Amino acid sequence: MWAGLNWTATAVFIFFLTLVTVVGLFAGRWRKGDLGQIEEWGLAGRRFGTIVTWFLVGGDFYTAYTLIAVPALVYGAGAIGFFALPFSTIVYPFVYAVMPRLWRVSRRHNYVTLSDFIHGRYGSHWLALAVAVTGIVATIPYIALQLVGIQVSIAALGFHGSTWTSDVPLIIAFLILVGYDYTSGLRGPASISFVKAVMIYVVVLVAVIWIPIKLGGYDHIFHIVSQSIASRPHKVPVILPPAQYLPFATLALGSALGVFLYPHLITSILSSSSGKVIRRNAVMLPAFTFLLGLVALLGYVAIAAGIQVTRADDVIPAMFQRFFPPWFAGFCFAAIAVGALVPAAIMSIACANLFTRNIYRQYVKKDITRRQESAIAKIFSLLVKLCALAFVLFGNPTYAINLQLLGGIWILQTLPAAVFGLFTRWFHRGALFTGWLLGMTVGTAMAWSQGLRTAVYPLSIGGIKIPAYAAIDALVINLVVAVALTPVLNAMHVDAGTDETSPGDYVTEPEDAARPGMVAVPASASGDAS
Amino acid sequence: MTPVENSKAEKRSGRWWHFFLLLLPYIALMCVPFYARYRPSLWGFPFFYWYQFLWVPLTALLIGWVYWMSR
Repeated sequence: MWAGLNWTATAVFIFFLTLVTVVGLFAGRWRKGDLGQIEEWGLAGRRFGTIVTWFLVGGDFYTAYTLIAVPALVYGAGAIGFFALPFSTIVYPFVYAVMPRLWRVSRRHNYVTLSDFIHGRYGSHWLALAVAVTGIVATIPYIALQLVGIQVSIAALGFHGSTWTSDVPLIIAFLILVGYDYTSGLRGPASISFVKAVMIYVVVLVAVIWIPIKLGGYDHIFHIVSQSIASRPHKVPVILPPAQYLPFATLALGSALGVFLYPHLITSILSSSSGKVIRRNAVMLPAFTFLLGLVALLGYVAIAAGIQVTRADDVIPAMFQRFFPPWFAGFCFAAIAVGALVPAAIMSIACANLFTRNIYRQYVKKDITRRQESAIAKIFSLLVKLCALAFVLFGNPTYAINLQLLGGIWILQTLPAAVFGLFTRWFHRGALFTGWLLGMTVGTAMAWSQGLRTAVYPLSIGGIKIPAYAAIDALVINLVVAVALTPVLNAMHVDAGTDETSPGDYVTEPEDAARPGMVAVPASASGDAS
Repeated sequence: MTPVENSKAEKRSGRWWHFFLLLLPYIALMCVPFYARYRPSLWGFPFFYWYQFLWVPLTALLIGWVYWMSR
């Protein structure tokens, strides 16, 4: 397995992985809280200011897998792969309008998860369970894909072979992840997210400037890509063809509306210290979107450079190896691995919060103490990660990709209950549950009928073809059912549940009222000082 | 109209104005046929790409404007 190993690159790689391990393990001492409490372990005490939240959400949203998969899609399919850019642009007006309300009501009622809010709002543990299970099931394959990201970067260092020893580096990375997650909770990924952002920015800026200069500029790159040449078996459309207008738009819209309902993004939103911090971040986070757009361009750069790979995921590592000296290639692969550790950690913490608060506490042990909650969450977070590792080691990576594609469709089906619930109590909980169930079923069936190869379903109504992102089709059905069934259930006097929140909870910023187990901090020190 | 009602109405119209501003990026980026074209290109980038890139800072500015006005 050592033959072909790039020692310089590997040394740089190991240096940076060691660095983040040390940072992650000591992060628990940062703005110290009692890590025996779930709000401290799983939400870092809701104390992150504007800057920390910017790094945390940035590191959480723009995952390592995104950095590999987006250019891989552009490389393989052309313009349609760029839906990632409008998607991660239009997501921010949504975040600005919606997430501060969720933060305020959650802070007021000490909600740790989205399902906590659903339970409080509708008085329905079934609806809360539906949202919790959707979140967990959608997220586990996402964690597996982060591990795939680490695997790709390790393989690029030259660790090849079919024996089990070639998995050792991945298992070491996995143990690093488990270690700092367990000891530091959300503070771990938060502190590493600084390192991640700096590394990724350096890699991307160097890559999008240095490589195109060597290739003769973007003008030339677009020119080459738009021509078909004999050496390139597939020609990709540089300008979106009309047949892909609707898939492009619905993929962008559906992803933008759904992505912040993923548990890991809810977790990093709720860990901020005020609604104002979230609103400021909606203004500042597009800086990462610009970076993502540049990353997507690398797909075309790879085509113009004549990169040939058997697996699309290897496009970016192959290009780095071709154009960069070994030490910088090692830095790039380390950046991808560190970039994977941040979201993987937040994802498993978020799943653990959901499991503990909305499944274990609800159905197994009702009188659980805060200390037990934290202990259970730590154990479940470990189980989730093991599950993801098993996916990568024993399963086919395409399973994880297929499931993640389904996960995007599923997560959007929680939108009516979660987002509409933040603005209105008009909907009946039974109608929302039925809508969710139908949306999940239809969305899954649509993706299944396409062999899970694409999330775009070629719907045809009365001879008119409407090819669109299946998540949007399913959401329409979900909404129609929820709207139609609400007046019916109300007329039948089906219990609508009690709402423990009041309208004021969504709009007023709770000042530092007494938090359980914590000394009140002066507003000036806990607010946006960071 | 009393001054109180006046400011209330102003606040409400302000809210609708903000809502519209936040909606602009959706309108601009959902009109795919409008920007799925090669020309005019800018610094070698086809319109399809630089238009999408342009909307990243524009969206940030719009949200920033709404944040600034509603502080």
